[in-house]
This record gives sequence, C-alpha cells and structure tokens, in this order.
Amino acid sequence: MNFETIIGLEVHAELKTKTKAFCSCINEFGGEVNTNCCPVCMGYPGALPVLNKKLVEYAVRAGLALNCEISLFSKTDRKNYFYPDLPKAFQISQYDIPLCKNGSLKIEVDGKEKVIGITRIHIEEDAGKMLHGTESEDYSLVDFNRSGVPLIEIVSEPDLRSPLEARLYLEKLKGILEYLEISDCKMQEGSLRCDANISVRPVGQKEFGVKTEIKNMNSLKALQRALEYEEERHKRILTEGGTIVQETRRWDEAKGITVSMRTKGQADDYRYFPEPDLVPIVLEKEWIESIRKDLPELPDEKRKRFVKEYGIPEYDASILTLTKELSNFFEACAKGHKNPKAVSNWVMGEVLRVMKEKDIELKELNIKPQSLGRLIDLVDEGVLSNTGAKQVFEEMYKTGEEPEVLVDRLGLRQISDEGAIIELVKKVLEENQKSVEDYKKGKTNALGYLVGQCMKASKGKANPQLINKILKDLLS
Amino acid sequence: MNLYSLTLHEIRDKMRNGEISSKEVLDSVYKRIEEVEDKIGAYLTLTKDYAYEVAESIDRRRLKGEELGDLAGIPVAVKDNISTKGIKTTCASKMLENYVPPFDAHVIEKLKDAGAIIIGKTNLDEFAMGHSTENSAFKITKNPWDLERVPGGSSGGSAAAVAADEAYFSLGSDTGGSIRQPAAMCGIVGFKPTYGAVSRYGLVAFASSFDQIGPFAKDVEDCAIILNYLYGHDERDSTSLPAEYEDFKAALNKDIKGMKIGLPKEYFAEGIDPEIKDLVLNGVKVLENLGAHVEEISLPHTKYAVPVYYIITSAEAFSNLARFDGVRYGYRTKEYKDLEELYVNSRSEGFGKEVKFRILLGTYSLTSENYDYYHKRALKVRRLIRQEFDEAFNKYDVLISPSYPIVATKFGEQSENVSIAYMSDICTVPINIAGIPAMSIPCGFSKGLPVGMQIMSKAMGEAAIIKVAHAFERNTDYNKKKPSL
Repeated sequence: MNFETIIGLEVHAELKTKTKAFCSCINEFGGEVNTNCCPVCMGYPGALPVLNKKLVEYAVRAGLALNCEISLFSKTDRKNYFYPDLPKAFQISQYDIPLCKNGSLKIEVDGKEKVIGITRIHIEEDAGKMLHGTESEDYSLVDFNRSGVPLIEIVSEPDLRSPLEARLYLEKLKGILEYLEISDCKMQEGSLRCDANISVRPVGQKEFGVKTEIKNMNSLKALQRALEYEEERHKRILTEGGTIVQETRRWDEAKGITVSMRTKGQADDYRYFPEPDLVPIVLEKEWIESIRKDLPELPDEKRKRFVKEYGIPEYDASILTLTKELSNFFEACAKGHKNPKAVSNWVMGEVLRVMKEKDIELKELNIKPQSLGRLIDLVDEGVLSNTGAKQVFEEMYKTGEEPEVLVDRLGLRQISDEGAIIELVKKVLEENQKSVEDYKKGKTNALGYLVGQCMKASKGKANPQLINKILKDLLS
Repeated sequence: MNLYSLTLHEIRDKMRNGEISSKEVLDSVYKRIEEVEDKIGAYLTLTKDYAYEVAESIDRRRLKGEELGDLAGIPVAVKDNISTKGIKTTCASKMLENYVPPFDAHVIEKLKDAGAIIIGKTNLDEFAMGHSTENSAFKITKNPWDLERVPGGSSGGSAAAVAADEAYFSLGSDTGGSIRQPAAMCGIVGFKPTYGAVSRYGLVAFASSFDQIGPFAKDVEDCAIILNYLYGHDERDSTSLPAEYEDFKAALNKDIKGMKIGLPKEYFAEGIDPEIKDLVLNGVKVLENLGAHVEEISLPHTKYAVPVYYIITSAEAFSNLARFDGVRYGYRTKEYKDLEELYVNSRSEGFGKEVKFRILLGTYSLTSENYDYYHKRALKVRRLIRQEFDEAFNKYDVLISPSYPIVATKFGEQSENVSIAYMSDICTVPINIAGIPAMSIPCGFSKGLPVGMQIMSKAMGEAAIIKVAHAFERNTDYNKKKPSL
C-alpha cells in the first residue's frame, strides 16, 4: 500500500525583548536560579500582568514577514492547567483571536517552490524550569527565571508531506526569525522549540489518518529523524492492520525512537477564557504599516539579490541566505571581490564544513570575511594551489592569522615561474621515458601520471595548471 | 465624648488644631478594640507596634509644622485580602494562614503615603466569597447591632470594625456587594467605586473583572475624603482607568434640586422585605422633598444578573485560585505520594466549603463542552446589562434601590438556606456586572437593625452619588445612631 504523510508543525520561539512578557524583569537566558523573577512572574497573590508592547511589536514583525493578516483587535486568554513550573496555574496565551493569521512560507523541495500555509501566530508566556533531583535525592525544584519570558507560537497548516519538508520549513522559518532579530532561535537552549503532528493515509484517501504529536526534538536533524521514525511506525502499524493511537510521543535522541508520553484519552481541557486582568489588544493600521516599512531584507529577497548582484547560482544563493549571519559573511567577502562564485564555493564548502565539524557558530570561527577574500585572491593569482589554500584556511581559523603570512610560514607558495617549471618538467620527462612513449602511443592517462610526478618533484609547490600546459607543449 | 466615636473629619480637625496627637487617637482606638473586640471579632491581626511607630512619626512631622493631608494619623483597618508588606494577609483561609506578602497593594502604598495608620487586618469570608463572614477559616465576626447576628460579608470585619468604632474607616473589597451589603447590615456608609478607578494591584483576586477595593466610612463626608486618596491610575493594573479625578469633597453640601432619580422596579420586587422597601421609599421621599425628580423605571435584564454573576465570577475564581496549589507558598498537605496527591490533598484540606463550591462551578462551566452554553452566553448578557444601565443613565443622574433585600441574619441562617443568600444578591451584583459605582447609606432601622439604601450612578459618576447621599445625610440622622456595646 502506498501512503501519504501529513505533517504540521507548532513552533515556539522565545522573543528577545529586553523585559519579560508581563513584568519588568530582565529577559535573559540562564542566570543564577530564581534571581530574575518578581511577584508578577512568580504568580504571587494580588500581582497583576501588564502587557509588554515590544512583545506585540515583535510578534507583528513575525506576522508580516510570514505574510499573515494582523488582527486589529485581539485578546489574551488564560490556558489553565496545573504544573509546578507554572506559578499562576494558568498560562497567558491567545485562544480564539490570535494576533496574526492566514500566513504562508515558501520552501524549496527538489528545486520546486512549495507554499506552506501558516494557520496562526499567537503570543504567550513561557513557564519556569523544573530541576529534578536524582534517584537517591528524590525531589524537584523550580527555577522561575524563564517564567514569563515572551513567546510566539507559529502553527503551520498540515501542508508538509515529508520529514524533509518539515525540516526545510523549520530551517526557513528559523532563518526568517533570525533575520527579523526577534529571537535567538537556539534549539539546543530551547529558545526555539518545535512540536510536530504527523499522520499517514493511503494515497487517494481524503480524510486524515490518526495523528500523533511528537515532542523533544532539539535540532533540525532531530526533527527529521523523529518524523522519519514516526512515519515508518505509522506505516508499519497500518500495513499490519493495526490502528494508530492518538497520543503525544517523546523523541528519544539517544535511542533514536519515539516513546508514548500520554494518550489523548486523558484529554487536557485547558478551560480557556478571556484574561480579565488584561485589556484587549487594539492595533492601529499606521503602526502596523510602520513596522512593515522597517522590516529587514528577508531570505527570499536576499537570495534573489545575490543571484542578480553576484551572479551566483540560485542553489548557492538559497544556501548562503539560510541564516542571516552566513549571508552577511558571504556578502562582506563577496562585495567588490573579482570572483564571487569562488567566494560562494568557499563559504558553502570549507566554512560550513568547519562549522559543522567543530559544531561552532560562524562568529566563533576566527576568520574575517576580508581575509577569506584575500585567500581566494591568492589562489586566483596562482600563489596558492587549491590544496595549499585549504591548508592555509585550516591554519587561519586556528590562529586567526592572515593568509599572506601563513602562505610563507607553511611554505606553500606555488612555483609559478615558467622557466623553473620547464626545467623541472624536462627532468621528469627524462626520468620517465616509458610514460612518454605510452602517451605518444595514445594512452592519455599517462599524462596524469606525469603531472603527478612533476608535482611530487616540486614537493607540491608547482602550479598544476602551468605544469599541465608545459607538459603538453613539450610532448607535442 | 470618646475620641474613637468621632468621625474621620472630626478627628482630623482636632489633630490639625493641635488639640490631640495622633498617638492619643491611636491610644483611644486600641483601648476601644480592647474593650469590644472580644464581643465583635472584627480583626484577624492587630499591628500595634507598627501603628505606634507611624503615629509617632506623624506627630513629629506635625510638630515640625509640616502640613499634613486628611488621612495623616488616622487609624484604618484593612480587609485581610489586601496585600500588606511584612504583615500577614490570610484571606481568612487556611491556605494562606501564614502568608506574608513581599509587597504592598497599591491602595496600601497610597494610604501609607497619606500618613494613614494601618492598625490591623480584618476578618472576611474566605477569599471574599460569602455573605456573612461566617466562611472565615478562623473566626466569626458579630454584628455590633445584635451580637447574635452576622455583620454581612464578605467584608464583615471591616464593616463591623467601623460600626463598633474600632477604626475611623476601613477598606473592603466588593465583587458582588461585599462592601455595600455589610455596610447596610452594620449601619454605615460603604462605597463600591467604578471598576478601574481604584487599582487592584495587591488585592488577592476573587473575580478579576468584578473586584474593586472601596471604603467603609462613618459618614458621607468621610467617604468623599477617602475616595480622594484611593482613586488614581496605576500602571501595574492594566484595567486601571487613565482618568483624572475631581476632588470629591467638592460634591459635598450641594443642592440636589432638579436632579433626576430613577427607581428600578425590579429592585423593589418580590423578595424584598416590605419594611426595607418602605424605609428606602421614605428615603427617596426625603430627596424628592429636596427638589429631586423621582420616576420609576424598568431594568428588565435584572433577572439574569444573579446567574450571570455566578457563572462569570466562579470561572474567574476557579482560575485565580488555582495558584494555591501547595507548591510555592501557603498550605501544603502532610500526606502525599506524588504530585497529583500534593495538589489534591493540599487544596482539599486548605480551602473551605464555599470556596470549593465556587471553584467547582467554574471548573464545570468552563469545560470546552460547556463554555458556549454558560460562559459565552453570560458574557453576552453582561453586555446587555451594561447597555441597560447606560441607557438608564442617559436619563437619570442616579438610581436608587435597597442595598440588600433583608436585614442581618442570625448565625447559621444563611447556610441553612443557601439559595436565599444567593438570590439576595439581586440588588448588588448588577452593579459589579456593569462596573458602575454605588454607595450604601443608612436609611433607617427595621426591628432595631440597620437598613441601607443603595445609590448608583454611571461609570465615573461618583460625584452625583456623593451629592445625593450627602443631601440625604444632612436631612436625616440615621448615621448618628450607634450600637450600644
């Protein structure tokens, strides 16, 4: 049986406003436990919330960037449930009238553009954090530093058709939020969190299958892996004639499986009702327009501009614009550079490789974009071979030294003096008469061997293009 | 004449003249408390050390020639659901028996700035839910006019304290009549302000969209003075009105000739004690004789007010009281195996019957199946009731009704017949539903027990109420009568 997979994502992003959502506590990650909280965000009796205007502004920014309608009138609601990290025993959220709705986001799948619907974006507050004791010390503590940190929840339509699409969507969304400078979007630290709803159905069936909700994916890769696991699980069960239980499941990264958390039989009823301590959120069109005017350049626009301005392929541009940091790095390097395509190759190749290998952020990479530009110049000028350049690059991010200095320190300066190379090639030809004869008989791969011997003789320092040229000249 | 039996403005004048010191005033009030508190039981906590410190500093400032406001050196009692920094705020609940707030409510800051002296915290129905103060987890409070009867509720302690001259004024909170009803039963003035006029910051919430803090006073002039100090915008309460307020003393000693008074007939209908009805109508006659125009009107949506009130307030209470879970502060059960039991046992043991009843009501009406049928419809009717008042106040300056359909009941009487207690809210709850201001003022005695007349006006129409009430008071002497203790 052929199945179709249906996925929708709920993404929570912590907003980096200066202060928390409903009080004047500083909004920052970490800090000594329970030092960054007050009667309001700890839910003391009699304390009252006051809505942070910046929170609304940031959410509207996200809404506009994601092509949403912005509600001129919306309100907050209480989502009631008991948990020790939720000091009021309700979360201030938005229920039936979200701040933003009916938006969309474009992703590229197999070179084709696909539009993913965004149902809604609403504002809410984060909860505190539980710190659990060990088995021998059986207790739990709560840290309220995170309590009241502003969040937006971005809910997609069930438009995603594969775990890969889900990943591409989240990657794109993350990029946009970063471009907007409204969230740090660090999945590891939890400033970006993603829950996924997934179901499968036989191809051609109209109704959705029974869905499960997956939580606890801490990276883009984890999202894709968890969904791939879950997709297979659904298909297997259905193929074997079983039924899917509607439930929430937790992704276990170490084991690579999803585990049941609770079934919807114990359905939560959050008893939403309008938050009486806050007044409705009434926005003016002019204010929204002024936010729209101030929106930064977003990934899609930037991608198009990169293609046009730097003449790089569409594919390169889409990768380089995924994150704001990377795109800025590329642009700082490519601006005024003779060879933007080479810059793109380097950024997409070596820069991303090192970041991935070392698991570091771009800003932790000790390389100025201008320095990378000059490294590429050295290759273009024949001073460095590509291999040599990679060695220099390796040393650059380790030491922070400039490429010109490293070329000589590492002794990688290429021999580009034609006279010297002619002498060298002649010597090699004398020592390899057999290969010369083979070549002349038409065995073209003998040429490769001879190039290799020349490089070896030069200890890798000779310019390979020149060797090639001179070899051919002498052999003809 | 004992100092404690004077009004706020009388004692203020004596302190300003230099006739007496703030310390002497305090001595007199604490002596009175010593004499009668055993009989009345108005207070849960007395703050004597703190009070004397403040009194001495006020006296020093006065000696230095500093000009002090109306409330400087005046002893005040505060309902124990209003947060006082460093002073226990129990809400008369086992749940908060030992809770000491780390901050002052906005009104407490205002009182302190004005130099008023907090002398103690008063008894109430647990979390302000009730009609008799019998729902207190700690003690009962007796009506100074008849010690076998309740003082009303939920602000029964604050009302009894003023009626028994155990304080010059007090603060209460009014969610559905909790100031006006005990004021009526104790024969004093009680005022429920326009919703949003007085900041709720620091008031332990019962029903957020209904709650208002207001004063109990010995007469209308005192009430006007106190309102001047309580009113004002507070950024920490998002529902606080950003309005500028007039000096309410300016509404005193005014002619009421030509003022238009409406008598909503639904407030005089079946269920109102005929003697009470007559006393209120006699009161209206006094105003008519002073030149006011009186007409009967109809507010047909009144009949929905009680169910609307209980649906919405219980929902808000369910949510507001959910934070009392035994995790961070307040009562925690001794016996629990897991988190679920910690919650269930702490709340089962920590809350009283009435509070649990309201929480259950809210828990029921807010389920996703029930929401549209109960809560959503109640919110719609709430709008209709507001509109109805708006229309009435296009024609009338004030509306007048009984404050409460019956006089103070005997202990236990209300719990025997709960539905009577709830239906008796008919005169008071519509005011909170609409968010308008209203005063209860003494208008006579029925079988020796005080009766209150309720004067209502449009939102921010406080001055009209004070004008009418003061005219009434100048031409009657009900407020001068004191219970014999």
